[in-house]
Amino acid sequence: MNSDNTTQSNVIPDRLRSRFVRLIGSWEFLLLGVGILIFIFNTQASPYFLDPWNLSDATFNFTEKAMIAFAMALVIISGEIDLSVASIIALVSTCMGFAVQLGVDTPGLLFIALIVGVACGAFNGFLVAILGLPSIVVTIGTLSLFRGIAYIVLGDKAYSGYPESFAFFGQGYVWWVITFEIVLFIVFAALFYVLLHRTSFGRSTVAIGNNPTAALFSGIRVARVKFILFVLTGVMSAVAAVCLTSRLGSTRPSIAVGWELEIVTMVVLGGVNILGGSGTIPGVVIAAVVMGMVTFGLGLLNVPGIVMSIFIGLLLIGVIALPIIIQRARSRVNA
Amino acid sequence: MPISANHSNPPILSLNGIVKDFPGVRALSEVSIDLFAGEVTALVGENGAGKSTMVKVLTGIYQPDAGQIKLNGSPVKLATPNDAARAGITAIHQETVLFDELSVAENIYIGHAPRTRTGLIDWNTMNANASQLLERIGASIDPTTVLKDLGIASKHLVAISRALSIDASVVIMDEPTAALSHKEIEELYQLVEQLKSDGKAILFISHKFDEIFRIADRYTVFRDGELVGNGLIENSNAAELVQLMVGRSLESVYPQRTGELGETILRVDGYSHPTEFDDISFTLNRGEVLGLYGLVGAGRSECMQAIFGITRPSKGNLFIDGKQITPKSPADAIAQGLVYVPEDRGKQGAITDLSIVSNIALPSLNTTSNKGFVRMAREYALARQYTARLELKAAALDQHVGELSGGNQQKVVIAKWLATQPEVIILDEPTKGVDIGSKAAVHAFMRELASQGLAIIMVSSEIPEIIGMSDRIIVMREGRQVAEFNQQQASPENLVRAAAGIEETSVA
Repeated sequence: MNSDNTTQSNVIPDRLRSRFVRLIGSWEFLLLGVGILIFIFNTQASPYFLDPWNLSDATFNFTEKAMIAFAMALVIISGEIDLSVASIIALVSTCMGFAVQLGVDTPGLLFIALIVGVACGAFNGFLVAILGLPSIVVTIGTLSLFRGIAYIVLGDKAYSGYPESFAFFGQGYVWWVITFEIVLFIVFAALFYVLLHRTSFGRSTVAIGNNPTAALFSGIRVARVKFILFVLTGVMSAVAAVCLTSRLGSTRPSIAVGWELEIVTMVVLGGVNILGGSGTIPGVVIAAVVMGMVTFGLGLLNVPGIVMSIFIGLLLIGVIALPIIIQRARSRVNA
Repeated sequence: MPISANHSNPPILSLNGIVKDFPGVRALSEVSIDLFAGEVTALVGENGAGKSTMVKVLTGIYQPDAGQIKLNGSPVKLATPNDAARAGITAIHQETVLFDELSVAENIYIGHAPRTRTGLIDWNTMNANASQLLERIGASIDPTTVLKDLGIASKHLVAISRALSIDASVVIMDEPTAALSHKEIEELYQLVEQLKSDGKAILFISHKFDEIFRIADRYTVFRDGELVGNGLIENSNAAELVQLMVGRSLESVYPQRTGELGETILRVDGYSHPTEFDDISFTLNRGEVLGLYGLVGAGRSECMQAIFGITRPSKGNLFIDGKQITPKSPADAIAQGLVYVPEDRGKQGAITDLSIVSNIALPSLNTTSNKGFVRMAREYALARQYTARLELKAAALDQHVGELSGGNQQKVVIAKWLATQPEVIILDEPTKGVDIGSKAAVHAFMRELASQGLAIIMVSSEIPEIIGMSDRIIVMREGRQVAEFNQQQASPENLVRAAAGIEETSVA
């Protein structure tokens, strides 16, 4: 075959494998299979699972976290991480609660949430992108800082008395069993899909995560992209804070404690490389639904919370290990 | 040509009928190679000919799909790098991975450090052994020095000591002189002589013919994964080897400028940096190739990177087409039609885990995208156009760049910056580590670009290349511009003198 090589025409085909073949072999496809298995298991485990209102309730298990996970996916793809997201929720919620006491109405509360979210994200972004500090250290710092402020303001008290109209964001239904949150989840999934996979900003994010030096040499404004990503994560945390506060109807400083790890878990389960450089939004969407179904299914079976977190942990390790084990086995067969 | 019949000793290491397949490519097709004690065998071939695959088979990184490896006459299986080390096969790579924060002795003995009876590292023995090894290769380095405090050349000596710390009978050297200066190369040759007299069999991979003829006893030529010739160096010559390598005879003349120079496009005025370079001023015309010569560390790359906006100059102005523009970032420079093709293609040039098409489109995202949305069709069109122009060899445009050979990676790197349609292109060591066939293609392509009115700055440490290609040559030494020659004035002697700071009158 070697002597024929030279006579072959020099036209390089666009794609080695068709899109369909690639889809079948993808992480997202594997994860979807796992999701369907869990769905079938749930329907067998509890007769109440398939009830439309039950399913609708189940979505609250992931919608708020998933909205942050979309932004987190981009941050992780760029090679950084933001562990302060749950603390941003606490600070945003506290600021809104404080404003409620001063008689601010719903549009005012949304405005405050946005401002605080942008400010927190910009603070992280400044330290990471402009000063060049490692994001894991910066956001562990701001994780303590932002929630610390919430504790100073609130102590062991709680804010409540949110206006009637504010309840819609976390408790409202758009049509029949379709909640406002699930609509928001779908809209943001679409927006982030376009942002990551269809814009030059998304392309730059992937390039930076793969090789920041080569990205810089290629004319990508690395610091600017990273700064925007942290601001975006702050904004999405604020959106989640509005939904969660609205759903709970009150603010405590311990609101959303520990969410950052669940969100990172969701992102990694969705196939985003924790070292940066690759990942997809459809993967994160499927991972969010899978995690929501697992917690809800276990809830229907009256499994205690601590067992749920053990299960989520095992699921994460299992799904990550599976393709590696398959690959090893395959190469052993070939060798 | 049959393998030398006049050799009485059997080979130490003998590979026979080695086949290695990768998806869609046969990297090695029934190749054979014999290595003899006390002899240097040069392995030559263009990039992609299968040299690196061969090294990986020899060092246990790849398993051959067929064929036999015999060590001292008995068949061996090199299933892991550890097996290869135990069989006495060691390799010195072009870019050896060392550990900056560890001491020299630790770097040499990592993985096989001498132990005390309690299983702890025996530091005294290790340091003593290390200093003995270093002494043997004539390196005056204290084994307790932390590696990051050493210069590049000394690090290289540490890498060599590391390879020798395994009691090897077969030493593979993969382009060992690529990163070394003239003096360091001489020292390396002496080391090779010493290894020969110690009875080691050496496989020497190089693109440089002068060194092959200087130190090798035998040669083996690969082309497209096949063995196309071998024999004794003394019975061969450079023209014959080149012909074997490329499968055709190759005119080793550099393409000459055909058209006239255009008007001035770039003017650099007094560019300075606190530590790297000082008061650099020059002009560049359309259609011109300006060579920038100097020793490693003369500040050439640093100065070019400042012009490209990666670092800021402390002083100085830059004019493109008469307009004063001092780029603050590479994005700025690219927008002004000034691009820089970096020397280190793995770290700075290509994103190896992304596809060819993504790499090529990356600096052109502004033009291929529409209001911020990427247009894949345009990216593929761009990639098709430039890969065809550079005659890239790849399985598909969505193949990862990391899967390509070195020469083809360099083509992708050049293509990605050319696709921005620049007016000034700075090429930093454009043919470093590139085989002779691709090299000539790159040179011809540079001339073609220049004849179309592109202005080119070429940073190069290779004297034949810089003299052959440049219309004008600037020499830098220790961050300063020390000489300028036109094509008629430039001679190897002039350049070396200027770069090393030797006065004309003080010739020893």
